[in-house]
Amino acid sequence: MRSLQERFEQDRRFKPDTELLQHLYEQMLLIRRFEEKAGQLYGLGLIGGFCHLYIGQEAVAVGLQSALQEGKDSVITGYRDHGHMLAYGIDPKIIMAELTGRAAGISRGKGGSMHMFSTEHAFYGGHGIVGAQVSLGGGLAFAHKYRQDGGLCLAYFGDGAANQGQVYETMNMAALWKLPIVFVVENNQYAMGTSVKRSSAETEFHRRGTAFRIPGMDVNGMDVLEVRQSAEVAFAHVREGNGPVLMELNTYRYRGHSMSDPAKYRTREEVQGVRDTSDPIEGAKADLLKMGVDEDELKDIDKRIKAQVAEAAEFAENSPLPAESELYTDVLVGSY
Amino acid sequence: MPIELKMPALSPTMEEGTLAKWLVKEGDAVSSGTVLAEIETDKATMEFESIDEGTVGKILVPEGSEGVKVGTVIAVLAGEGEDVIPAKAGTSSSENESSGKTDEAPASAGVTEVVKPAPAAPATDPAIPAGTNIVKLTVREALRDAMAEEMRRDERVFVMGEEVAEYQGAYKVTQGLLEEFGPGRVVDTPITEYGFAGIGTGAAMGGLRPVVEFMTFNFAMQAIEHIVNSAAKTNYMSGGQMRCPVVFRGPNGAASRVGAQHSQNYGPWYASVPGLIVIAPYDASDAKGLLKAAIRSEDPVVFLENELVYGRTFEVAQLDDHVLPIGKARIVREGSDVTIVAYSIAVGLALDAAETLAGEGIEAEVVDLRTLRPLDKDTILASLAKTNYMSGGQMRCPVVFRGPNGAASRVGA
Repeated sequence: MRSLQERFEQDRRFKPDTELLQHLYEQMLLIRRFEEKAGQLYGLGLIGGFCHLYIGQEAVAVGLQSALQEGKDSVITGYRDHGHMLAYGIDPKIIMAELTGRAAGISRGKGGSMHMFSTEHAFYGGHGIVGAQVSLGGGLAFAHKYRQDGGLCLAYFGDGAANQGQVYETMNMAALWKLPIVFVVENNQYAMGTSVKRSSAETEFHRRGTAFRIPGMDVNGMDVLEVRQSAEVAFAHVREGNGPVLMELNTYRYRGHSMSDPAKYRTREEVQGVRDTSDPIEGAKADLLKMGVDEDELKDIDKRIKAQVAEAAEFAENSPLPAESELYTDVLVGSY
Repeated sequence: MPIELKMPALSPTMEEGTLAKWLVKEGDAVSSGTVLAEIETDKATMEFESIDEGTVGKILVPEGSEGVKVGTVIAVLAGEGEDVIPAKAGTSSSENESSGKTDEAPASAGVTEVVKPAPAAPATDPAIPAGTNIVKLTVREALRDAMAEEMRRDERVFVMGEEVAEYQGAYKVTQGLLEEFGPGRVVDTPITEYGFAGIGTGAAMGGLRPVVEFMTFNFAMQAIEHIVNSAAKTNYMSGGQMRCPVVFRGPNGAASRVGAQHSQNYGPWYASVPGLIVIAPYDASDAKGLLKAAIRSEDPVVFLENELVYGRTFEVAQLDDHVLPIGKARIVREGSDVTIVAYSIAVGLALDAAETLAGEGIEAEVVDLRTLRPLDKDTILASLAKTNYMSGGQMRCPVVFRGPNGAASRVGA
């Protein structure tokens, strides 16, 4: 059960070419700027309901998803899902428009922040009930195995969700039936306002699979190259038909749990400390500069992304609302 | 261009707040993440962070100001190398930014016509061709045949649940399926309803057609979260992307002397959930035809059987592919004096009651609902119009309806 961790520790960081690292950098920066803009739009009342931002955690989705087989592997997560969608290269306009509830949104304006889906990209949501996505992910993996299509399911959940009973029920069946699923705990240290120390008897989440003989991996989720390397190790194991893996990605969110969270449960210094020392985007930037990429080129990327995000915000503000008849569509597929 | 900083809404319901404290002053440089101010509402004090880079040009709303409306410009940031053009203090944001609505929102107070999709034309049971062989089957055999036929027809259909494979079914409903279809398609699960209902739902979202058996629907309460929040609601929330063609089936309602925890009728609970189809057949022919329809449906179906009826024998037409319509009730006994509406095991009780009434010269019409959601109101109301008296037999709890002309009457069941 430590075999994958041992293999990973032999070489913890992926060695990308400049093009790949720049691509990962751009993806993370897009998520960062998009989420900041979403926070702003929420403050202006253009986005309502719940809005959970991914700021600080960008390297996790970007690093893991860069190792997936496009169109073959499936992904499922909870409600902090904007970053996972953007990591697919989906147009930020239609994601922002979903946040503002417009008809052009990716769920036709009927899902909102927590319920974004793109079955076209094999991205299955976007789920609001903590932990539900883990059993559903088990089902997606079951379907991959049933069809023998060579795909795997990447199922993300948080440190809070990691205590849910259904997670362990799913781990048991996944290990028993050797389902091709990668369980990913995005440990951002807090489940809403409750720190991992206050909610979990076992805070080393990568050990949570030992009861079912599932190998675990402990990964620095703030380093996109480490994340990518861990994905290479984990996905190879699963693709070979060996059954599930449990990965713990240690990360941090700079903002509160959601837009309504004043985040009084941690100090400003703690947040700033992580931001100063471990920011995933600054880290990738430092690597790029070391590889010889020009600083001005990176500034241009930032400008371009800011413009892209501004365009998305404008589209999302001006795009029409869904027709009222949409209250009645998609409740059922058939008519009876 | 100078950037206007506007009073943010810190919760979905906040309309105004107090600008408690400025943490920067005019001339300070700020960047993404700099905390600009503390804003107080009645619920909490939150920090307002900058997302842009620049210099604080002009602070327009002083510290301590109460009742600042969301959207009010509170300060202006100058970008790199810019002069600040201060906006008039306390102005609300310009019109084209403040409203989330579009020009299409109805300006008049008149009622907007909301067009509901037209209901489907009422389906009827397919006619049975003359000369068709009629066989006698128990309900459990009929259910097994339905599953076997659908599994032969469509590779995506599989069955999962406790004891469905090697044990041949806790109530022997899945008898013989493992032998014909193998363990890949007839899957024994551990006793973990929440988990395997989620796995079944996820498999349906991933393109398969699972039939998830609950040993009884009492145990499905552990799984009800997935039935309702995952299976029923996700297609709507995804704008039609996430279909979930799963069938949850198993015994429901009263059994014999098994105690309160093993005897509840969940029909009314599931029948109140939009996005679910809820079917509760009585006889073997309906059980078979409706289970086939349920498996073929693109929607999630809760299929409620009854353990005491599994062993009863009824006539079933021997047809290759007899699929019945979902959402259509059936008149199982015609009468003109009173209507009794029932479903599942209560249909048998209603028919018994009808015999008793016939002995007293009262001809009862018995309506078997077959589907609880969507409810076939047309058939019920047509019968009520005919008889003017109605009693509903919900398993063992009669409910009484008043007809248009007559007083309510009660028929014991």
